[in-house]
Amino acid sequence: MLVPLSHYLVVSAMLLVIGIFGIFMNRKNIIVIMMSIELILLAANLNFVAFSGALHDMVGQVFTMFVLTVAAAESAIGLAILVIYFRNRGSIEVEDVTLMKG
Amino acid sequence: MIANLAFYLFSFILLASAVMVVTSRNPVHAVLFLILGFVNAAVLFLLTGAEFLAFILAIVYVGAVAVIFLFVVMMLDVDFVALNEGFQRYAPVGALVALIMFIELAFIAGNWAIAPAGGADRMFPTPDNVTSSVALGNLLYTSYLPVFQLSGIVLLVAMIGAIVLTHRDRKRSLHQNLSAQHARDPKQTLALVNAPLGQGAALPAKQTHEETL
Repeated sequence: MLVPLSHYLVVSAMLLVIGIFGIFMNRKNIIVIMMSIELILLAANLNFVAFSGALHDMVGQVFTMFVLTVAAAESAIGLAILVIYFRNRGSIEVEDVTLMKG
Repeated sequence: MIANLAFYLFSFILLASAVMVVTSRNPVHAVLFLILGFVNAAVLFLLTGAEFLAFILAIVYVGAVAVIFLFVVMMLDVDFVALNEGFQRYAPVGALVALIMFIELAFIAGNWAIAPAGGADRMFPTPDNVTSSVALGNLLYTSYLPVFQLSGIVLLVAMIGAIVLTHRDRKRSLHQNLSAQHARDPKQTLALVNAPLGQGAALPAKQTHEETL
C-alpha cells in the first residue's frame, strides 16, 4: 500500500465525526440522520479496508462486505418505516414521534 | 507519488461532500452529495487494492441505497424548511461533541502502533498472485460460507419487511371478487322488455358498477 495507514485512519475519523455532527445538526430531519448513519458506516468500512490493505489480511475486506449488506438492509427497512409513518401522520419530524410515550 | 496525490484529492472531495450532506438545506442536494462521497470512497477503496469492494460500493450504494434515499426524499411531500429550524440551535453542541470525539480519536491514532510480531497473526493473508475479487471469493465461498448465507437471509428479511410495511390494499382496485360473482343473479343485470311494434323499447335505468357486482 502506497499511502500510509495513518492517513486513512485520519480520513475515516473525520468522516465519522462529520456523521456524528450531522446527527446533532439535523435533530428534526430523520432522512438526513439516516444519511449521517450511512456516513458513519462508510467510515467504519474505510477503516476495515485500510487495515486489510496495511496488514495484508483478507478478513477486513470480508467483514466490509457484511457491513455493506447490513447497512443496505438497515436503510431499506428504515426508509420503509419512514414512508408508512409519513402516510399515517403526515410528518417526519423526530420530535413528533411520541406515540409510545403513554 | 501519483497514488498519494490521488488519495489526498479524493479524500478531500469525500470529506467536503460529507460536510455538504449534513449541512445542505435541500435534502435532494444532500443525497446527491452522498452519492459523490460514495464514489470518492470507492476510489479510496481502489487505492488500497480492494477492487471488488470498490465496485460493490459504487454499484450497491450509488445504484441502490442512494437511489432509494432520493426516491423517498422526492416522494414525501415534506416542508423541509420547517425541518431545518433547529439548525443554528443545535450546531454548537454538535460541533463540541464532534470536536471532543475527533480529539479523542487523534489521541488514539497518535499513541498507537502495530506490534512488530503482529503481522504473524494474520487469519487469511492476502494472496499475491490473484486479484482481490478472486481472493475474496475464495474466502467467502469456503471459510465464510455460513455468514455469507446469513447475510443473504438478512437481505431477504429486509426485502420482505419493506414490502409488507409499505404495501397497502387499495379499496378501489378492481380485483376479482369471487363470492360476489357467484352470488350474482341474472335479474340484476338482464332486463327482458316487451317492445311493441313501431314504438321500440325504453332504455332501462343505468346501473352503477357496484350494483352490477
